[in-house]
Amino acid sequence: MAQTDSEIRYLTPINVDVKKKKYCRFKKHGIKFIDYKDADFLLKFINEQGKILPRRLTGTSLKYQRKLAKAIKRARHLALLPYVADLLK
Amino acid sequence: MTKHYETVFILTPVLSEDQVKEAVKKYHDFLSEKKAEIVVSESWGLRKLAYPIQKKSSGFYQLIEFKAEPNVIADLEVAYKRDERLIRFLTISLDKHAVAYRERKRAEKQNTEKA
Repeated sequence: MAQTDSEIRYLTPINVDVKKKKYCRFKKHGIKFIDYKDADFLLKFINEQGKILPRRLTGTSLKYQRKLAKAIKRARHLALLPYVADLLK
Repeated sequence: MTKHYETVFILTPVLSEDQVKEAVKKYHDFLSEKKAEIVVSESWGLRKLAYPIQKKSSGFYQLIEFKAEPNVIADLEVAYKRDERLIRFLTISLDKHAVAYRERKRAEKQNTEKA
């Protein structure tokens, strides 16, 4: 009896995750310099606690992740971004 | 060899407008005296800080972009440290991409002002 349902069927076809390829937005748009004064832009690369998001999640290339981290740290020093926060977004 | 630098400092919010102008002028004079060429000086006005510094939650931001000899920077930072009106400062050197970025931004700003 149990052998009959070896093939699992779904009512709605489950979408087998077609992974969207991540890309580095700095490379794509040719951004060579990351401005630490542009806090609204940097906000895209930090989580709601104010932590820098990893490359793993954002897809930023190593070269620009380093520059990004520097820009965020400079912005924090000048109190443009918080060091620690909750519910930043 | 002169290099391109940019400095931002935060003044305490307890100062009056004239005192802020005076403080900014002091650094302009300081830089001119050291034969630095001031490219732009921008005041961002009174802004809220993202976290309190010296128990103050706001401050006057001032940005100065200039070209100077590298040995001027140490003197400038000493002057900053001695100044009690300043609550935070940052000086960075700009590389060629940064300079290009700044110039483009300035051009954009001028265009919007004209229009």
